[in-house]
Amino acid sequence: MKLIILDDYDKASEWAAKYVRNRIFQFNPGPDRFFTLGLPTGSTPLGLYKKLIEFFKSGEISFKYVKTFNMDEYVAIPRDHPESYHSFMWNNFFKHIDIRAENAHILNGNAADLQAECQAFEDKIKAAGGIQIFIGGIGPDGHIAFNEPGSSLASRTRVKTLALDTIQANARFFDGDLSKVPNMALTVGVGTVMDAREVLILITGAHKAFALYKAIEEGVNHMWTVSAFQQHPQTVFVCDEDATLELRVKTVKYFKGMMPMHNKLVDPPQEIAEKPYSA
Amino acid sequence: MPSNKSVSDSQIIQFINCRILKDHLLQREDLWVRDGKFLDPEKLFFDEEGFADIRVDCNDSIVAPGFIDVQINGGYGIDFSLATDDVSGGVALVAKKILEHGVTSFCPTLVTSPPHIYHKVLPEVKVHDGGREGAGVLGVHVEGPFISPQKKGAHPEMFLRGFEAGGVRDVLETYGCLDTVAMVTLAPELAGSPAVIQDLAQRGITVSLGHSVASLSQAEEAVRQGATFITHLFNAMLPFHHRDPGIVGLLTSDRLPAERTVYYGMIADGIHTDPAALRIAHRAHPAGLVLVTDAIMAMGLPAGRHTLGQQVIEIQGLHACLAGTKTLSGSIASMDMCLRNFRQASGCSREAALEAASAPGPAPGAQPPEGHPGLRHRCRLRVAG
Repeated sequence: MKLIILDDYDKASEWAAKYVRNRIFQFNPGPDRFFTLGLPTGSTPLGLYKKLIEFFKSGEISFKYVKTFNMDEYVAIPRDHPESYHSFMWNNFFKHIDIRAENAHILNGNAADLQAECQAFEDKIKAAGGIQIFIGGIGPDGHIAFNEPGSSLASRTRVKTLALDTIQANARFFDGDLSKVPNMALTVGVGTVMDAREVLILITGAHKAFALYKAIEEGVNHMWTVSAFQQHPQTVFVCDEDATLELRVKTVKYFKGMMPMHNKLVDPPQEIAEKPYSA
Repeated sequence: MPSNKSVSDSQIIQFINCRILKDHLLQREDLWVRDGKFLDPEKLFFDEEGFADIRVDCNDSIVAPGFIDVQINGGYGIDFSLATDDVSGGVALVAKKILEHGVTSFCPTLVTSPPHIYHKVLPEVKVHDGGREGAGVLGVHVEGPFISPQKKGAHPEMFLRGFEAGGVRDVLETYGCLDTVAMVTLAPELAGSPAVIQDLAQRGITVSLGHSVASLSQAEEAVRQGATFITHLFNAMLPFHHRDPGIVGLLTSDRLPAERTVYYGMIADGIHTDPAALRIAHRAHPAGLVLVTDAIMAMGLPAGRHTLGQQVIEIQGLHACLAGTKTLSGSIASMDMCLRNFRQASGCSREAALEAASAPGPAPGAQPPEGHPGLRHRCRLRVAG
């Protein structure tokens, strides 16, 4: 694991965006060679998306040959509902970049056969050659996507019933009416994310600190599903100072000491400095 | 081309780097158009897997709905109340010129005239959408002759009339064919007017109250019968009185049908209405305010004497009066001047001013909003700095 510690949310978002930019650049995608990204929703990745959009606008990245796979989507809310993850991705990312719709995959929570939809999603990932980087966040209860405490660490894309606190936390987006909040979602499994070549987890804010502690300083445990990535060969956790508040001083000092080396991963590749990526 | 062409083959145009008026706010958003209609880009992306064929860079301009002028008597030497040999040519000339002021739809207005004028002019006016050649014509606004002699303003008294033959018959006899009529200004206190208002409203013609000495209750009755507009508020009607506010009282009346909005034309040339009066109306009923020019043929022409209908008027600066009197006979301010005056006088936001100048409410043929949420369906656009 690489634990990347930045001063604040903005710097963490920027580091993560540069990392993704560099990986796409190094991969050198083309019409027969798509770069595949797994994408999250929520407030944590907003800064990352803003930065990626900036890089697109300045010509440093193109998403023309990038395929994306979102982690999850609610079941049974209209696709154009302002709280659907389709709306989130459109408004916060897709509408600002040059990705083609046929390359942007989001689970369809209104499919007639939800199981088939989940299986089809897994098949699409396989057909795309697997995911290069799966970007995710972490819930205060240590969950990744909707793999809430107790989810199997070997799980695949499936239908999940949402935990009561998740529903309560979401009520504010549905006029405070619990009956309007979706109570099921389609989500990639922990196993699905583990299949990716790299996993990039964004964790910012003090309210996530305990979950980060459980995820990296305690054992692998299905109650804190992000801990599964201790067994992935290429995991990067990008966080801000506040998110490290529950970690041992020793852990933090160790990884801060590695920052000069880790920062090389986000230096602009020579070619970017000389020649912008053409769309 | 859209990838799956499931809806249409037509080109998709994306306007970028612009500010659009959406949900009553100027927002930085791209505007997507296909076949002259707004597209919801999110639907385009997820349903059709489509993208833009053409991108137009607006260089940070505002893209706003075109202005609508429902009361304009002419301009640039053209007088709509004059039965010339080339009525449609005259309308086309004004239509082209007012595009420069941002007006993309208008109602050529005829002041009180003898029947033979209406019979000649009305059929010659074509109702059509606008385009590069000029603003669209929504239909004719006939202001009079069914108005009050006590509030005739600059209208010629000898041609005023009431509903002597029972109402609807008088209307048809006077105007001839109503096919091209979009709006009628009348005085609701005239005997027989309720039936006329009801009939006109049922035909889809906007009925406007004006040049009238109606009391508030007479005006309210007219609205219940179907009237939806007030012609140049404050001008040519009884002044506001605290025990009988008259037509002005419609702005805050609670005796109107629940769903009905009463719109009122406001000439914001700085002359027809004192800014304080404009503010009172605006603050009382901001949603109903509609900017109109009431421009006369002299708009765009130099100072001096000119004709309006059957009368002679005199221009000095921005004032246009009946020759030899102080009676205002119309305005020569263009719509964009009115908009700036209105904004300054009312202190309202840019968005509110833009909406007041392009309010579709009273305009006939205005469709309810659909398509892109927050944007009005079927409006012409202007690009402004």
